[in-house]
Amino acid sequence: MKDFVSLTINGQKVKVLKGTTLFEAAKQVNINIPHLCFHEGLSLYGACRICVVEIEGRARLEPSCTTLAEEGMVVRTNTWRVRRARRMIVELLLANHPEDCFTCERNQSCELRELAYDLGVRELRFKKGRKYHYPLDLSSPAVIRDPNKCIQCSRCIRVCLEIQGVGAIDFVNRGGRTQVLTFFNKGLNNVECSNCGQCILACPTGALREKREVDEVWKAISDPKKFTIVQTAPAVRAAIGEEFGLPPGTLVTGKMVSALRRLGFDRVFDTQFSADLTIVEEAHELIERIEGKGILPMITSCSPGWIKYIEHFFPQCLEHLSTCKSPQQMFGALAKTYYAQKIDIPPEDMYVVSIMPCTAKKFEARREEMKASGFRDVDAVLTTREAARMIKEAGIDFVNLEDEDFDEPLGISTGAGVIFGATGGVMEAALRTAYELLTKKELKEIEFKQVRGMQGIKKAEVLINGLKLKVAVAHGLSNARILLEEVKEGRSPYHFIEIMACPGGCLGGGGQPLPTNLKVREARANALYREDRNKGIRKSHQNPALIMLYKEFLGKPLSDKAHHLLHTSYVSRGLGN
Amino acid sequence: MKERLKQILNSYHNQREALLPCLHLIQKEEGGLSEEIALFLAKELNLPPVEVYSVASFYSMFTVKQQKAKYIIRVCVSLPCYLKGSDKILEVLHKELGINSGEVSADKKFFIEEVSCLGACGKAPVMLINETLYDNLTPEKVREIISQLKDENSTEEYSQTGL
Repeated sequence: MKDFVSLTINGQKVKVLKGTTLFEAAKQVNINIPHLCFHEGLSLYGACRICVVEIEGRARLEPSCTTLAEEGMVVRTNTWRVRRARRMIVELLLANHPEDCFTCERNQSCELRELAYDLGVRELRFKKGRKYHYPLDLSSPAVIRDPNKCIQCSRCIRVCLEIQGVGAIDFVNRGGRTQVLTFFNKGLNNVECSNCGQCILACPTGALREKREVDEVWKAISDPKKFTIVQTAPAVRAAIGEEFGLPPGTLVTGKMVSALRRLGFDRVFDTQFSADLTIVEEAHELIERIEGKGILPMITSCSPGWIKYIEHFFPQCLEHLSTCKSPQQMFGALAKTYYAQKIDIPPEDMYVVSIMPCTAKKFEARREEMKASGFRDVDAVLTTREAARMIKEAGIDFVNLEDEDFDEPLGISTGAGVIFGATGGVMEAALRTAYELLTKKELKEIEFKQVRGMQGIKKAEVLINGLKLKVAVAHGLSNARILLEEVKEGRSPYHFIEIMACPGGCLGGGGQPLPTNLKVREARANALYREDRNKGIRKSHQNPALIMLYKEFLGKPLSDKAHHLLHTSYVSRGLGN
Repeated sequence: MKERLKQILNSYHNQREALLPCLHLIQKEEGGLSEEIALFLAKELNLPPVEVYSVASFYSMFTVKQQKAKYIIRVCVSLPCYLKGSDKILEVLHKELGINSGEVSADKKFFIEEVSCLGACGKAPVMLINETLYDNLTPEKVREIISQLKDENSTEEYSQTGL
């Protein structure tokens, strides 16, 4: 019993484990204390003071997020004094905040706006607040920083350092001049930022956001000379419904397809098709490497945030990366070659848009290496959030749409392509294919549950033809770093490693709807695994459209043509640039 | 420079505590932190480069860009100095030297920087010229100090509080 403490919160008796904060203890009796700098999964900070409470016997109000529950404590979370203090803090934050909510990207999801409303702030009393006008950081093709909207809660700094192990941003200067900046204010694109966008998910205001490409896409759609093709990543169908009020984990594949068609895209295709293709190419590459041609462990290469990270932090390990392009880029390269020939449309008239749960994909599409078709393989990348806004702008009643199917052939996919969107999914999909390629036997138990779930690093051993294939899966770049240190020092015991930059994999990507927290990630993952079970074909190499593609166009996996269009190389970047 | 920094780093076993002593040496020898040296320190101390920049920018006595000026004038703009008229002090400096805060004069002699608390609130308003603190400032006093420096006189007779 001595591991517990009893206390009173708002007159209710609560018993909690020792070490529980008042903030968490209050949750147990259904009290949600308002907060700003507190954020799930990050270290405690105690800077914003929004979550202050009154504790009997203490003169000052204390922040509930960093104060531990003690035996016999009497806490009040909703007194006149507490309410006045909280309201004052919000008023002071607003005194330094631009009043442009109408045009702010985070109009619908701003925690500061919500707090001001909930706490009853109905007038801006302090209008003469010291207002600096800082320039925006527009250097990155993926993430934009607007220091003017920053309230210095440090959630972006903490997610970047603690969850992603990157540390691209930090507080610079001091007092009223404090700003969140990059190294020597060089801009996100000129430092070791991975473009993962987790900072956007962590930001309570509009200080961080994706680089909008919506208007470029509208322009292409309304240009009669352009043949517009859209591809959608697996994780989008498990999340975009949230933007229209559906609960997290609602699968809206069919509605999404019909909405995109109504936006005016000429073809609605599926990135899952090229995810299947990635698996077939990657499984063959793995087999080649196991047979001695190439270095082990092989590491997956479909997460562009992860790619930029390894280029900065482990440039000596680049040979371990699979040379396969990501599904987004494989799709673009094929759309402008294979499909262009098939329907007899010149690739220069094609405009390929991808809808991704990811901000780093915007950077990836602009990489110099991604022009295998002779043109930029992918012309524009929209996040899930941007796509949802287009659908709203077009006045499409998303929730009540009838389901429609993807166009053929680049819309045909298997269950293995679906699970690409979850951590462990690429590994599982690759194992399904590699097993059958190596043994020439049918794999009966196709679900590899050991690599599923939200644990940071997952390990498994699979017996294939007498070979004990050792695999590991990491998501969140600080977990990736642990596996990479082993690789760097030459003591990695694995054959094959899957890494995704974002916690939860693509479904927790920086382009996904807000909020994205553990519960939401789990719901989205369940949706993807459900879709996998519903698919008739669940192994990539059995995708009929893929078999046709190899027959008509590529020849065989790892052929010269496949290498030219579907494989890539990497850049050694290092730190500080 | 890097060799001397390495000595400091070694004496602290490359722990992060070494950062401040290193920054002091850099400030004294080079007049500010350069990107190259910041990156060097980050790699040696296994810190994100931006953290080195962050620490250097936090303290008033460090400059985060190399200013090749003979006199680096740091004016405190924190609350006590502000209440005692630091804005008037800045105004005089800008006018006398013909430059704004953050700029170097054409003759490369003066650089003005607005900084946070210099730890001498009791004698506000204060400014620091190189390593000499000038306190209880008034616009007249500042004019006098600047005209002395322009004439290349020694700063000694005005030095009141050493650091």
